[in-house]
Amino acid sequence: MSHIIILPILIPLITAAVSLLGWKKRIYQKNMGVVGAFLLLVVAVYLLMHVYRNGIIAVQMGSWIAPFGITLVCDLFSAIMVLLAAIIAFATILYSCFTVDKDRESFGYYPLMHLMMMGICGAFLTGDIFNLYVWFEVLLISSFVLLVLGGEKQQMEGAIKYVTLNLLSSTFFLVAVGILYGLLGTLNMADLAIKIKTISEPGLITLVSVLFLMAFGIKAAIFPMFFWLPASYHTPPVAVSAVFAGLLTKVGVYALIRVFTLIFIQDTEVTHSLILGIAAFTMVTGVLGAAAQNEFRRILSFHIISQIGYMIMGLGLFTKAALAGSVFYIIHHIIVKSNLFLVSGFAHKVKGSFHLSKLGDMYRDHPYVSIVFLVSALSLAGLPPLSGFFAKFILIKSALEVGQYGIVVVALIVGLLTLFSMTKIWQEVFWKKMEGSKPVLSSVSGFALSGMFIPMVWLALMTVCIGFGAQFVFGLSLQTAEQLMDPTSYVAAVLQSQQ
Amino acid sequence: MSFWLAIIVGVLYSAGIYMMMRRSVVKLIIGLALLSHAANLLIFTGAGIVREKAPIISKFQETVSNNADPLPQALVLTAIVISFGVLAFALVLTHRAVESVGTDDLDQMKETDT
Repeated sequence: MSHIIILPILIPLITAAVSLLGWKKRIYQKNMGVVGAFLLLVVAVYLLMHVYRNGIIAVQMGSWIAPFGITLVCDLFSAIMVLLAAIIAFATILYSCFTVDKDRESFGYYPLMHLMMMGICGAFLTGDIFNLYVWFEVLLISSFVLLVLGGEKQQMEGAIKYVTLNLLSSTFFLVAVGILYGLLGTLNMADLAIKIKTISEPGLITLVSVLFLMAFGIKAAIFPMFFWLPASYHTPPVAVSAVFAGLLTKVGVYALIRVFTLIFIQDTEVTHSLILGIAAFTMVTGVLGAAAQNEFRRILSFHIISQIGYMIMGLGLFTKAALAGSVFYIIHHIIVKSNLFLVSGFAHKVKGSFHLSKLGDMYRDHPYVSIVFLVSALSLAGLPPLSGFFAKFILIKSALEVGQYGIVVVALIVGLLTLFSMTKIWQEVFWKKMEGSKPVLSSVSGFALSGMFIPMVWLALMTVCIGFGAQFVFGLSLQTAEQLMDPTSYVAAVLQSQQ
Repeated sequence: MSFWLAIIVGVLYSAGIYMMMRRSVVKLIIGLALLSHAANLLIFTGAGIVREKAPIISKFQETVSNNADPLPQALVLTAIVISFGVLAFALVLTHRAVESVGTDDLDQMKETDT
């Protein structure tokens, strides 16, 4: 039964391959895209339930026993991330059906989306650090193409920055893997966790860990390596922005949490304090950058950065409760942030702009969309009883428990500034009376608008459900954090599953 | 031998970073290519270089001693293939970018920045 772990990688691959068979059939590719995303969602739900009940599962590819072959591992953290990826993939692919133009669709938009999902799921499930590099490249190359698909001038400029800095981070990652292999002679993450305890030069390990921090840090957009993100995320179609915003930086955060809980835990004084400091700077710079912006998607892009700060704050504190907070925050953030991007796309569709000054009257014309936005925005800012409140509450409580008052102050102030940004959007886009002539929007049908509305409502309902079911989600996060803090069960599952 | 290879890796890195700091897009791509070469050479060197001992073990031999490690070479091979593909993409991207922006000066491509 443990072979179910391969399915989140296989389903997107097969979907992409089958859709590519009908290159000229746009409708066919669209349908395949939706069906594939739905199957992925079903499998992801099942995988999480399976791991929740039966513990960590590991599979050795090609039956080569553990440290030699390539291992796929699924613990609770991986399963949660795969489920979140599947949710976002399904929501955005549904949304794409009504928003993406014909040109992009006929150049393989849906197959590319699925190839990227394959890379993302692969990165979440692999148990081998070089394999992680390969999955990163798979998702990167698909994201490159998705970013430039359409070939507008802005997209090209944004893509150059995105491509350069991500390739740079891949090089760092590769170097770090190479040095780690030179030191320890293994690439399997569970095996690394054992062998790293026997190393005679702890200084070298700390050095390598900082290289990993830089490599994953660029991908996760932490301070001061985030500049590619606000320069590129607002250029592609909204559905693409939403997937990128929800998932790509979180792959970096996932990798950070994975290696800094499993492998590099012998010198937490240096590494985790460094991460905590970076977390504070990331939060502050992100939220200040957002305050200075006047474009819908750029504000949201800067908020991604500040939210990344919260996620790695839990890692920096490195207690069980704090890690649970990080996991909770990731769950909350992926859903909320993607939804906010979807709302920005809706506003663009009906009002014809992303600039706050050219938008307005949304509340009068589309009250239900406004409610969806309000739920997500207030959740992002952390107002009870929505999901963001509990995520921040857990993180701040655990920071107080270990006496890190500085980070508590920063987190609270940043929360307040987030609220300020969100009210700015609300004020400008939803409440303000629109000036000047109305743009001509004959091309938007009511059918397309209601189609766009469905995934938005779905994600907003999930935010509310996480808020009201916080106890269950927190229990799940706490269990995840337990597995992360005590890697013995992970190591045992990998090294003993000889199939 | 390792010493000289380490020096070469260093030179490749500094040359790559220097090229990336230039304003021309084409030099940026050359810089990226140099960086990936440096990374590959570093993996190759870092895993230890063994001379004239191929990792082929006879049937009767029970232990492996001082043989070359084949894994880093497999890693480098994978990395080369990946960086080749990605660089090809980056070249096409810069070509298109230069066409649509009308300049190859990176300092002029700041419309999407803040």
